[in-house]
Amino acid sequence: MRTRTIEILVGLFLVGGLLAAGLLAFSVSGLSGANSATYKIYAHFDNIGGLSNKAEVTLAGVQIGQVSDIKLDPQMLLAVVEMEIFSDIDFLSSDSSVQILTSGLLGGKYIGLSVGAEEDFLIEGSVIEDSQSALVLEDLIGQFLFDKVSD
Amino acid sequence: MLNFLATIGHSAISKVAGFGRASIMMFHALCVWPQPKTSIPLIIVQLYNIGVKSLLIIAVSGLFIGMVLGLQGYTILVDFGSEDSVGQMVALSLVRELAPVVTALLFAGRAGSALTAEIGLMKATEQLASLEMIGVDPLRRIIAPRLWAGFISMPVLSMIFAIVGIYGGALVSIEWLGVYSGSFWSVMQSAVDFHDDILNGVIKAVVFGLAVTWVAVYQGLESIPTSEGIAQSTTRTVVYSSLLILALDFVLTALMFGDI
Amino acid sequence: MQQNCIIEIRHLKFKRGLREIFKDINVCVPKGKITAIMGPSGSGKTTLLKMIGGQLQPDAGSVKVDGACVHDLARKDLFSMRKKMGMLFQSGALFSDMSVYQNVAFPLQVNTDLDAQLIRDIVLLKLQAVGLRGAVELMPTELSGGMARRVALARAIALDPEIVMYDEPFAGQDPIGMGVLVSLIKKLNQSLGHTSLIISHDIQETLSIADYIFIMADGKMIGQGTAEQIKQSSSKEVQQFINGNPDGPVPFHYPAVDLLEQLMSKDR
Repeated sequence: MRTRTIEILVGLFLVGGLLAAGLLAFSVSGLSGANSATYKIYAHFDNIGGLSNKAEVTLAGVQIGQVSDIKLDPQMLLAVVEMEIFSDIDFLSSDSSVQILTSGLLGGKYIGLSVGAEEDFLIEGSVIEDSQSALVLEDLIGQFLFDKVSD
Repeated sequence: MLNFLATIGHSAISKVAGFGRASIMMFHALCVWPQPKTSIPLIIVQLYNIGVKSLLIIAVSGLFIGMVLGLQGYTILVDFGSEDSVGQMVALSLVRELAPVVTALLFAGRAGSALTAEIGLMKATEQLASLEMIGVDPLRRIIAPRLWAGFISMPVLSMIFAIVGIYGGALVSIEWLGVYSGSFWSVMQSAVDFHDDILNGVIKAVVFGLAVTWVAVYQGLESIPTSEGIAQSTTRTVVYSSLLILALDFVLTALMFGDI
Repeated sequence: MQQNCIIEIRHLKFKRGLREIFKDINVCVPKGKITAIMGPSGSGKTTLLKMIGGQLQPDAGSVKVDGACVHDLARKDLFSMRKKMGMLFQSGALFSDMSVYQNVAFPLQVNTDLDAQLIRDIVLLKLQAVGLRGAVELMPTELSGGMARRVALARAIALDPEIVMYDEPFAGQDPIGMGVLVSLIKKLNQSLGHTSLIISHDIQETLSIADYIFIMADGKMIGQGTAEQIKQSSSKEVQQFINGNPDGPVPFHYPAVDLLEQLMSKDR
């Protein structure tokens, strides 16, 4: 076979591989392009109920960041969730509230943020005061039974 | 009884000696000062023989496996009302396990056996001995380019397998079975992690490529220079590579995903 | 013994597995002449060539080429010593993925810094010497056995080596091919002045061109001398080999029990 033809085919082969790699990275795993700049905010929860690292943080259903760390605060005995918010989302009011939601019936947990009315905005290191913990099935059932009993 | 034990012992020792010889061969072939001007054209030719020529079987297999995964996945998930997650199922199965393993098995069968036969034949027709007499090290001229081509081709083929499979699964799920394309891709994207899933899959492919090419080349060099000897070596390549791939897959999976 | 041995083998011993291939071999290959080593199949002639080329190590004894002990050389020195030797393998051993031109040019490209134009001239001249300049663009699969062997010969002399070794050059050749090779070996030896070492068991062809002959069997030398001396040798083994007698010191019958005994025992 001509050397030229072989070189071209090998080149195409390797380009195909690169293309596959790129598609895998972006379309399949949803890798977000550049390591976009982010800033960190924090929130405390009674119960994170299955929220895991890298879970989405959304506003009105649109992703604005992700959970980057989950720790236990030894003094307050609450869960501290650290979130990385994209730097261009810089209009979250300082009285925003967060809630742990479930995606679908069997889906994973994610954080939904709702904006408040204050004119100050959340910045690097801000702590969100108003947080609602996850719905835990056992508490729900207990609640239901309690209500039932009191009827 | 004693004879039987002696046979086992002898067989075990010769296998260990064989492994040692294979390692020495690998060392002599690869741990040398690189000479880009001579080696790169040789590697390119081998990339064609080993990689490009395997592309068709890999891509077609990937397509069919992806489509079957989509079909089977849908029939199982639809009972839970989770058919939107079929994309996640197809992608994770392919990227983590099926792409590296099936590609490696097909690669062993197609490229591995061809490598063994080619090198065995070169040994039988004294081409390797001629090279030595001319003053060229056959390990550097013949073996090394084939090893490098194998290491490079495997991950490339594995990724192509994965992506073709995923699109095949998408084709079946979205066009035929009616899964909503938006949720197909978004559920997949949130479930597949680049570092944990895709990169691990590529690492597996590289390891498998190393194993298959190494076995193929070694079996070719050790083959008895008759037609029957070459046939035996070729069979051995396919069998040993396949077993090695599956064993390594278990080890790698345990290391990578075992602690989730 | 001749003076000026370019290859000197003394008291060579070599075993493969349980079989002793060389028991005590002594050979002197004189410089510039055509020497032949002959013997029955399986007597280890090809193994001897591999020892001279440094591809196998002897168990005892020495193999010296141009004064240097082959099996003591480091890998690098061994490779540079091999450049002084050209070898024609039994199967031709042309590289199947390269054309005739590339095959003959290969030793030049790899071992010298000559530019492409000069290499091309040398290749054409070598092919001219073996009579195959017209086949320069063909691939090895397109050549007949005899032609492949001649191309391999051109490749073996590409670097103008001091020693050219022929491993069974006449095996399987038709009469014309045989004649071509015989005349080529003689012509090249005379015009290029190298030492030729032929390993063969073809009596007529070898005796017609060899200056000195060694006959090997059972791991030992059973005869040596010029062609005339060999033909008149008093040794029974040599005579059986030279004349091709089916029975003699090498028996016709493979060792077995008495025929009558075996036939009688089957009747029971």
